[in-house]
Order: sequence, then structure tokens, then C-alpha cells
Amino acid sequence: METDLYQVWVYLSASPLLALTLTLAAYQLGFWIYRRAGFNPLLNPVLIAVVALVSVLVATGTDYATYFEGAQFVHFMLGPATVSLALPLYRQFQRVRQSALAIAVSLLAGSLTAVVSAVSIAWALGASEKTLISLAPKSVTAPVAMGISEQFGGLPSLTAVLVILTGIVGAALGPMVLNLIGVKDMAARGLAMGTASHGIGTARAFQVSELAGAFSGLAMGLNALATAILLPILWGWVF
Amino acid sequence: MLFFITLIFACQLAGELLKVAFGLPVPGPVIGMVLLLVGLIVKGGIPEGLGRVGDTLLSNMSLLFVPAGVGVMLHIALIGEQALAIGVALVASTLLTIAVTALIMRVLGRRGQQDAGEGPHGN
Repeated sequence: METDLYQVWVYLSASPLLALTLTLAAYQLGFWIYRRAGFNPLLNPVLIAVVALVSVLVATGTDYATYFEGAQFVHFMLGPATVSLALPLYRQFQRVRQSALAIAVSLLAGSLTAVVSAVSIAWALGASEKTLISLAPKSVTAPVAMGISEQFGGLPSLTAVLVILTGIVGAALGPMVLNLIGVKDMAARGLAMGTASHGIGTARAFQVSELAGAFSGLAMGLNALATAILLPILWGWVF
Repeated sequence: MLFFITLIFACQLAGELLKVAFGLPVPGPVIGMVLLLVGLIVKGGIPEGLGRVGDTLLSNMSLLFVPAGVGVMLHIALIGEQALAIGVALVASTLLTIAVTALIMRVLGRRGQQDAGEGPHGN
């Protein structure tokens, strides 16, 4: 009986279907807990899903590459979802155009704050140079952040993880900070979430309002561009 | 519906091509987003089917970050060694960035709105 079960496991774990199903199930479990807890930001569904999946993978001795063979189908949809951000942006286009200058200035300030504060705090607390480089583009959407990290000798896969963690922190705690400083305007809230915590912050912003989501998606795209251009310049000054 | 899924993929594909052709520092999907936005502006509206496909993707966007997040298991040792530096830098920097961006946007955005003759908004 035990051998049979083991053989079933060996068969299933070699098929992408298992990792794909587990990913969908873990996220829905995460969302269910999040909803049951009255949308408590600390119980972010992405965070719960990641913890649950890592636990299962470690417990069963499955490596990440095997898991990703199945999960890549979910991962792949990030591209089309990013393209779809054009829809809310179009619906809010009048509003975006009216605030173009304000958006540009806020975004540049946010972009610089993200890089400078992350690197200087981690440096002061004794992080290694590789970690500092990997951390610098943490607020930028993963594909761009990984490219920047690689360009300066960081670890792209570490950057990807730091980017996701940044997104979770922003999505979980960002709305609390915004409430604390009394910013209620959905455009400003969305722009801040997207600048600091890219797509995960944007996904969170959409759960609150379409206006916030549109500004967040815009900020995510613009911050990718701003950081890709600004970071090499900053780097030249420091070293 | 299939047509609009194809359209979204085609925008991303065109974005990837433009990125490689011109060595742009922006990811293909972000360029694809700009292309689709330009298309919508030219057309002057969002076709119903496109709205349905796009909004379905966007309403489940959080899920799509899970596979990359699981990659944390590759770096647990390194993150553990520098947990304090990484943890404090991530949380403090992210929250500071949110506060700085939102406050500047609130001050400037309000002025922009008044210039546009719409009066103050927000709180």
C-alpha cells in the first residue's frame, strides 16, 4: 500500500499538473483566510500561499525547479495581466493627463527614495555588497529589477525574491501608512502603492478602487523606466 | 473572446520585439501596455470582450506572483544570515517610499486639479 502511494506521488510530482493545482489551491486558501480575518493586511493572501507552498515543497523534498515546471503557467500570465493594465489606465486617462506633472514629480521622488533608503539602511546594518545591489531595485517590477541587478553584479534570483517581499510589505502595510498620514485621495494612494510595491501593490490597490488601481499600474510602469535610467547614474556617483 | 486574448498576447509580443530591437530598458509587457493604451485612445473605447478578458486577469493578479514568491526557498540561507539588514531595509524603505510619493502627489495633484478648474478633491 505504501509503495503504491509512493509510486502515485512519484508519478504526480513529475507532472506539471500537481504544482499548478497546488498553486491555485494555496492562493485560494490564502484568500479564504484573508477574507475570514476581515481583510487583515498582515494575512496577505500571496504571503500565506508562499508560506504554504514552501512548507509543502520542503516537507516533500521537492526542489523549486520541479515546482516551477508546473507553476510557470501561472507565472506566464503576469505578462498579459500587465498589458491589461491599459484598460483601467484608459478609463482614467482624463484624470491621468490632468495630473501629468504631479505624477512625474511624485514618481521621481518616490523612485529615488526607494533606492537610496533601501541601500543606505541595509548598508548601515552591515549587508554584503551583493545583497545591496540585489536590494537596490526592490520596488521595481520583477523582470526589470532582475535585469538591473544582473547588470551591476547582484543576484537576479535574490532580487526577484526581494521584489516579491517588497510587494507583500507594501500591499500589507501600505494602506495603513496612507491612513496614518491622512492621504485619502485614491489617485495619490494608488500612485504611492505602485511606485513602492509594483504589481503586488497594484493588485492590492485594485481591490480598493479602480482609480487607485489605474494610478498604481501607471506608477509601476513609470517606476520601472525611472529606476532603469536613474540607478546607473546614481551608481556612477557613489562608486 | 479568443480574439481579445490573442490581441493582448500580440501587444505583449510587439512589446518584447520593440524592447529587443531598440534595446529599451523597460520590460516587454510594459511596452505592450502602452501599445494597447494607444490603441484604445485611437479607437476611442474599450470593446466589451476585451474589458471582460482584461478585468478577469486584473482581478486575479495577486495569484500570478505566487510562483516567483516561492523562489524565496532558494535564498533562505542568505536571507537568514542578513535577516536584520534586509528586513529593516525592506520594510522601512517601502513604507517611506509610499509616504513620500503619496504626500508629494497630494500636494501637487491638488494644485493640478484646481488649475484644471475642478476644485479641490480628496480629504
